[in-house]
Amino acid sequence: MAVISSTRGGKKARWAVIDVIVLVYALVPVLWIVSLSLKTKDTFTDKHFIPRSWTLQNYVDIFSTNQFLRALLNSVGIAVIATLIAVVLGTMAAYAIARLDFPGKRALVGVSLLIAMFPQVSLVTPLFQMERSLSLFDTWPGLILPYITFALPLAIYTLSAFFREIPWELEKAAKMDGATPAQAFRRVIAPLAAPGVFTTAILVFIFCWNDFLFAISLTSTTASRTVPAALSFFQGSSQFEDPTGTISAAAVVITVPIILFVLFFQRRIVAGLTSGAVKG
Amino acid sequence: MAEIVLDKVTKRYPDGALAVSDMDITIADGEFIILVGPSGCGKSTTLNMIAGLEDITEGELRIDGQRVNERAPKDRDIAMVFQSYALYPHMSVRENMAFPLRLAHVDKATVTRKVEEAARVLDLTQHLDRKPGNLSGGQRQRVAMGRAIVRDPKAFLMDEPLSNLDAKLRVQMRTSVAKLQRRLGTTTVYVTHDQTEAMTLGDRVVVMRGGLVQQIGSPQSLYDQPANLFVAGFIGSPSMNFLPATLADGSLRTSLGTFPLTDRVRTLAEAASAPRDVIVGLRPEHFEDAALLDQTERARGGVFTAPVEVLESMGSDKYAYFTVEGASAAELDELAAETGAADLADAGSQLVTRLSAASEARLGQDLEIWFDPDKLHLFDPHNGRTLTYVK
Ligand SMILES: Nc1ncnc2c1ncn2[C@@H]1O[C@H](COP(=O)(O)OP(=O)(O)O)[C@@H](O)[C@H]1O
Ligand SMILES: [Mg+2]
Repeated sequence: MAVISSTRGGKKARWAVIDVIVLVYALVPVLWIVSLSLKTKDTFTDKHFIPRSWTLQNYVDIFSTNQFLRALLNSVGIAVIATLIAVVLGTMAAYAIARLDFPGKRALVGVSLLIAMFPQVSLVTPLFQMERSLSLFDTWPGLILPYITFALPLAIYTLSAFFREIPWELEKAAKMDGATPAQAFRRVIAPLAAPGVFTTAILVFIFCWNDFLFAISLTSTTASRTVPAALSFFQGSSQFEDPTGTISAAAVVITVPIILFVLFFQRRIVAGLTSGAVKG
Repeated sequence: MAEIVLDKVTKRYPDGALAVSDMDITIADGEFIILVGPSGCGKSTTLNMIAGLEDITEGELRIDGQRVNERAPKDRDIAMVFQSYALYPHMSVRENMAFPLRLAHVDKATVTRKVEEAARVLDLTQHLDRKPGNLSGGQRQRVAMGRAIVRDPKAFLMDEPLSNLDAKLRVQMRTSVAKLQRRLGTTTVYVTHDQTEAMTLGDRVVVMRGGLVQQIGSPQSLYDQPANLFVAGFIGSPSMNFLPATLADGSLRTSLGTFPLTDRVRTLAEAASAPRDVIVGLRPEHFEDAALLDQTERARGGVFTAPVEVLESMGSDKYAYFTVEGASAAELDELAAETGAADLADAGSQLVTRLSAASEARLGQDLEIWFDPDKLHLFDPHNGRTLTYVK
């Protein structure tokens, strides 16, 4: 008994150490930014992790400029619209891939893989030229379109993996129980597909939300500049002022929606996945 | 409750595979009918056509005299139990069973009453609020049955409903399925590849092979009067023994020796104008240890001597296995390959006999074996048809 419990204790301790290392590694940079955003201007460079003098001035500053609010609006709008479209299109494509045999199925999967692997940097210049001549440059659609293009392969892959796991015999069972095809989809298939759709939506949303490359190259004004791009344009109120505090505050602010998003949907994803399979 | 008629029903899948051809069955109201056959013979396809999950390529399906080929599954009022159970994982047991009733807009009080009644019958009352994922295989199977019975459908269709259970549970559930069906008196079509299940459950059994109906009849009539080699080999466990033989001058020449035909067999064979070359079929229970029989009984049958190769004592009887030489017929090899049954794999070269427990047979020693020549079956080696069919 003693031996067993001590090895068990040892195993637990080992895992605890590993967990702590991972957490520290992941969280220290984030906490550092939080700390910077709370420091007063004259203590930025004091190298203390915990601020000596606290202030919320940086947050007040960013929300009092039109620049940041406008960028936030752009970010939310563009990411939400791109996510919606990519998930809807991805769902349809993934459904077809998981359920149907049609000519060109392998070509479709191959091409979407190709797009996912394409280096985005090499597309920036041609896209810039094209969008300028199509007058899409510096507009919401000008960012939404490339985001959909690059998010779709991601969406199709994730969703078709999820869809393959759904036992389609359930659809037949629902039909035998008296459901119309629409009822079978709404009451049986959709609830089972939902966790996959939410997971995909999160991944796609994060991809759009975090993008810097397209945001910086395909925008030129606050009309469509998203937060990651706007951050690089932050300046102090005078050119001698260091914008580090405001940039940190803005970085914290744009991280919050992602955290909320994941926390909110994580519950549903886990609930969906553990609700019990048909066999086994 | 309903009468189901399959009138020359044929199914060809889009890829050209002919899964069922020209199927003719009339299933009486309240009857428990079994579709049995090796895997891939078209049982599930037939069931899915009755359900409306697969289109019928040719022929007509009638329920209570009405053509239903074009009706959607939900308009046929038939319930189905799937091999995988196909329970809805996101719904509790209660919601699973209530689902068909809720779709039919039955009022809440009635739904509760019917679900609880079905749960009581199936011994699921204490599991009503659990999710299928947390149930054992047997409980899931019962939930699937419950979902089928709550709404009093015209007919039940069951596709190998017990094949995911372990052997002991399967036997238990077999009895309860039979009891449930008798009590409800609902027309039931039950698919299985297990001949024991087919023999013990049904009023009538339909034996299928390669999309064709081989024979339809009561379990006993299939056993006593198999229409062809396939049915003879498929029904019964252990399988019937087959030996190539020659008919000449009223006697039968086999690798076990030459034996006179009994009057009954000779009359039947003559009526069927049997060819010279035939295949003899003998069930294991029609053999006996010759030492246990009195003189008159012994003289009535054929006796041969062979060394015992394998001896299995089951307590109530003994199974003795012998090897017999002699070329096996092509039809037998094909049969063995198709059914894939282990005990048929050696058909034509291995002889299985069931002896009384009192037999003193010893492994490896010669044994005098008697068989009842009046019980033997003769088959045409070219088309497999029986030559000893009693009209
Ligand atoms: N969807 C399908 N498309 C093409 N062929 C099929 C399909 N389903 C079944 N088959 C073929 O039809 C035959 C009968 O299948 P099935 O009815 O499932 O047999 P069983 O249930 O008796 O094992 C098999 O040869 C099988 O390969
Ligand atoms: Mg099947």
